[in-house]
Amino acid sequence: MEDINAILKNIRPEFEFAGVNDFFSLGMLDSFDLTVLISALEEHYAITIDGTDILPENFQSVAAIRSLLTKYGVGGMGIVPDNSRN
Amino acid sequence: MQTNVLEYFLKTQDRWPSKTAVTDGCEAWTFEQLGKRAASIARKIVSLTSSTNSPVAVYLPKTNEAIASFLGVLLSGNCYAPLDTKAPVARIQTILNHLDPVLIITTSELSSQLAANGVDTSRLLLVNQVHSDDGELPDRWQKLIDTDPVYIIHTSGSTGRPKGVVVNHRGVIDYIDWARDTFGIDDRCVIGNQAPLIFDNSTLDLYLCFACGATLHLIPEELFLFPVRLLEYLAEKFVNFVFWVPSVMISTADKKVLDRVTNLRLQKVLFAGEVMPAKHLNVWRSRFPGALFANLYGPTEITVDCTYYIVDRPLDDDEPVPIGRPCRNTQVLILNAENQPCKVGERGELCVRGSSLASGYWNDPTHTAGAFVQNPLNRHHPELIYRTGDSVYRNEKGEIIFVGRKDFQIKHMGYRIELGDIEHFAMQVSGIRNACVLYQFDKKQIVLVYEADRDIDPGFIRRELGRNLPKYMWPTAFHRLCELPRTANGKIDRQQLIMEYAGQTVLNGRLDSSESGTMRQIEILRGVGD
Repeated sequence: MEDINAILKNIRPEFEFAGVNDFFSLGMLDSFDLTVLISALEEHYAITIDGTDILPENFQSVAAIRSLLTKYGVGGMGIVPDNSRN
Repeated sequence: MQTNVLEYFLKTQDRWPSKTAVTDGCEAWTFEQLGKRAASIARKIVSLTSSTNSPVAVYLPKTNEAIASFLGVLLSGNCYAPLDTKAPVARIQTILNHLDPVLIITTSELSSQLAANGVDTSRLLLVNQVHSDDGELPDRWQKLIDTDPVYIIHTSGSTGRPKGVVVNHRGVIDYIDWARDTFGIDDRCVIGNQAPLIFDNSTLDLYLCFACGATLHLIPEELFLFPVRLLEYLAEKFVNFVFWVPSVMISTADKKVLDRVTNLRLQKVLFAGEVMPAKHLNVWRSRFPGALFANLYGPTEITVDCTYYIVDRPLDDDEPVPIGRPCRNTQVLILNAENQPCKVGERGELCVRGSSLASGYWNDPTHTAGAFVQNPLNRHHPELIYRTGDSVYRNEKGEIIFVGRKDFQIKHMGYRIELGDIEHFAMQVSGIRNACVLYQFDKKQIVLVYEADRDIDPGFIRRELGRNLPKYMWPTAFHRLCELPRTANGKIDRQQLIMEYAGQTVLNGRLDSSESGTMRQIEILRGVGD
């Protein structure tokens, strides 16, 4: 959860993402940001996100991203995020 | 003999008045509606200015109204200069100061943004206040000749001021006639437009619509975020022709995504603007085995494209996709450092001769003279070639293969960017003493390495850069150094910074990079390049 916030913050440092429901309609994320976000999540959690999952409803809020990650097996205590990169 | 691009549209309007010409997610206009709207805008322009062959800036989002404005400008005997409504107003102001347009076509809403930022509003034409009427068709355009300008497109310049490329009627006619014949485009063609109107790739979409009576769908930009939604749109609109940048093709090149949407009708898939990896192209080809795929290549300065490769054989995933052969009525010279033609396999600079050459850069004789030069192989009469700055070679099959840049220009998400343009503004950020901007090809990331005494909040840097640079030029990775490394002669040591921060790995003593551009970048820095 904190990791997702940190990743988002890293992409758009000017926004506070926590508690926001729709990043896209509010213009907080655009196509450039989404591309960066997906590769950051993939790298951080060592997963590969399916193209068919790249839908607004999976990325529009921190909660949505979290449930998407859960689908990829992230979110249990078992996964240790790769923090070796900044 | 056709001398003006408007002839395409006027003939098509007569032939298919009630066929859908253009849609923008809000409205669908027939050729007749589009023509009437364009004529109304033209009459308004003619009432405001007596100028011809002068630039009219078009500061509008990608809408039917923008297309009508382009046609209206042409009917008034002038040329259009599309401006990016998403770019910072300071950058728009820089362009406007240099362009000095006779009019700026915009909307009430956008004009207040301009006014609030100190743009001179006396020359505004608020298109939302132009009433559609049924007057005479303005005839000023009929006095023009085919070397007169059609449009001025701005590209990133290394000193912080964009360069305006002036493209003429002859160049566009030469290009569109070639494209129509080569790809067999007619009125059954349904175009799904991706290219922003500020990007010259959109010339193909617009003028194939005008010339062939093809329907043009301006795809709402937000759909490009979500591959499945994008493909559903293509299916819904019966799109059978696309001319996209590889970035978009790559983000959609996922078998599951392409298989998810069933009733796609794509027959012709063209792409240009950056390197297309064969790996992703192969995913598309296997999904649309009967479709034509073509890699087009060319800088804005030679009217969109000067070479093309129709994919005609299986390509290995790691094989470069050729940029192919010259378009009709174009010749490509590959010149070595001695200005002599290169042999097969020898790398040299791609230079272009033909009617496609732009007239030059607007108000910029120095840059014009630097890039549009006498053909060194012709000592007998004046003849210009355009030096692209792109390094290429010819393979044994006679196909041209792109290698990389001779300078620090990159293509990022399809946009052409001079790294020096970003450095120029990075050095103005308070606290930054010096800056070097790199491109990490594998991650498609713009990297800023800056010299400062303390870390500067990336959000602050991005906000500061955002005052002058459009978003696609903002760095997404930041590194601070107390001092930038220098070479023996005191220049910033880019090679060392690339090794350190732009993710190059060394395998078997050779640089391993899927993007030949990075290799080239490093070669130049090592002095291997010409």
